[in-house]
Amino acid sequence: MAVSVRDAEKVKYREFMERIEAGEKIEADDWMPDDYRQALIKLISMHGISEIMGALPEKEWTPKAPTLYRKLAIMAKVQDEVGHGQLLLRVAEDLIKPYGKTREDLIQDLFAGRLKFHNVFHWKTKSWADAGLIGWLVDGAAIITQTNMLDCSYAPYARALKRIAAEEVFHAQHGEAIAVALATGTEEQKEMLQDALNRWWPALLMFFGPPTAELTGSSKQEITIKYKIRKNTNEELRQFYLTKYVPRIQGLGLTIPDETLRWDDEKKEWIYKQPDWNLFLKITRNEGPMSQERLRLRRLSYENNAWVREALGLNTKIFAS
Amino acid sequence: MKPQYKEEVIELLYQLADDDLLVSYRGSEWLGLVPHIEEDVAYSSITQNTMGHANIYYSLLEELGEGKVDDLAHLRPAGERKNAIILEEKNGPGHWLYGEPRYDWAFTVVRNYFYEAIKKRKIDSLKQSSYEPLRQVAVKIDTEIPYHLMHWRTWFEQLVRAGGEAEERMKAAVARVWEDIGGVLSLGPNEEKIVEAGLIESEAVLKERFLEDINKKFTELGLKMPGEPGMKKGDGRAGFHTEDLEEALAQLSEVYALNPAVPW
Ligand SMILES: [Fe+2]
Ligand SMILES: [Fe+2]
Repeated sequence: MAVSVRDAEKVKYREFMERIEAGEKIEADDWMPDDYRQALIKLISMHGISEIMGALPEKEWTPKAPTLYRKLAIMAKVQDEVGHGQLLLRVAEDLIKPYGKTREDLIQDLFAGRLKFHNVFHWKTKSWADAGLIGWLVDGAAIITQTNMLDCSYAPYARALKRIAAEEVFHAQHGEAIAVALATGTEEQKEMLQDALNRWWPALLMFFGPPTAELTGSSKQEITIKYKIRKNTNEELRQFYLTKYVPRIQGLGLTIPDETLRWDDEKKEWIYKQPDWNLFLKITRNEGPMSQERLRLRRLSYENNAWVREALGLNTKIFAS
Repeated sequence: MKPQYKEEVIELLYQLADDDLLVSYRGSEWLGLVPHIEEDVAYSSITQNTMGHANIYYSLLEELGEGKVDDLAHLRPAGERKNAIILEEKNGPGHWLYGEPRYDWAFTVVRNYFYEAIKKRKIDSLKQSSYEPLRQVAVKIDTEIPYHLMHWRTWFEQLVRAGGEAEERMKAAVARVWEDIGGVLSLGPNEEKIVEAGLIESEAVLKERFLEDINKKFTELGLKMPGEPGMKKGDGRAGFHTEDLEEALAQLSEVYALNPAVPW
């Protein structure tokens, strides 16, 4: 009996692998292996919560944006990010349903440190230039990882990504416009932008994650590639990013803070100074420069608005922003 | 345009522009702190619309030779601002930038609901204004007001009807906002001239219509009408303001003030 159940599972698994090998897409109600579901939950809930936590660094500059035009543009951008979070959490909710979990569990996971938000959103912002640089180069990095998953074997995620990626392009343009204004402005403005790049460069390299599992102890990239959730490795994505952005950054007259950075024509790859992967590890434990402050803000607003959710009868259904 | 008429147009435009700027600035501070994600997206839309309206009014002032839009929005000192005091008030204790913000959602719902209700009545009146550009702007803005009004009215009703703590908080917020909501209705020390110039109807007329709206809603919800709208902290149109305005202006102009002469 036990054997035949396991055999039946094996057949299902083989059929599942055949489907995704053939480029077919999996829907929320289709059978899927448990480690596939687990990998998706981890990836998509982290992506969703990162969109929401990721609104915070730019929000730090939203009320202070220099002109009414910039205030409106950055508000619209931050609003999009929250919308992305909303969309992705719905996809994640469908995946956690079989475990009897809801959005409320995801927020509790965030507060308890079980659910992480993306490493790039743990860094400090210091000036208005950071807001521009985030839009330009962080959203630019997000476009690279997201387009790498547009063909994801899990259809609901692929569909969400398609919508999100289209908006990310506008975000990158919005950020680039701010960067260009500063790069072509006064000495003070140029310095502000260069300073932002100096501080954010290691974060941009870290964005794609460590190149090998040995460097940080673990990596989920193998399983996501095996299940055709993503196509390329962390290092490949970082190389694409450098190829795309190094010329653009230099084109604005900025200096990348790495004297060793160069394109190796023989190896056909970028050589660069490794960021501090120990700091990366700290960030993944919520011990980054702003990890606790941003989590605190989230927790505080959650507690502060408890009476509202109570009044709406939503305490267990709706996720506090 | 006669100089006297122009003066009244400018006076009214500053009131309209500064009201929308301050209330939308306070809205921008709420980003990421509201009760749930769906609200974050919705409130942000309203805030963007409202700041867009401020932008339109400042543009009209720029056309009248008052200076650049962003100078008008960012650089005028508190003493020159014409906004109602209730709109400059902080959202609650703490600071949005990691200063332990414990913002008051009840206050925000009530302030925005009453504000949009008065704004609707003003916009309707401005559609008949003697100043053609203001008539056109009013028609455009009027397409967005119903959504704003519905949003805040829905919140208002839901939280009052919820009873218990929510209802108590809402009643307290009504009492607090009412004390100064008269400032939004005020047309300032030059009311008479503004009304004579046919720019907008009188405070008394606008107030009556607003009270009609609120009375209807309060009756429906079993709330007691709080009497005459007050202006306890003074008339912002006459240049009276609080520390809260100074603080708001310092924040919203922090980057622009570094160098207002260059593009950002
Ligand atoms: Fe996004
Ligand atoms: Fe984005």
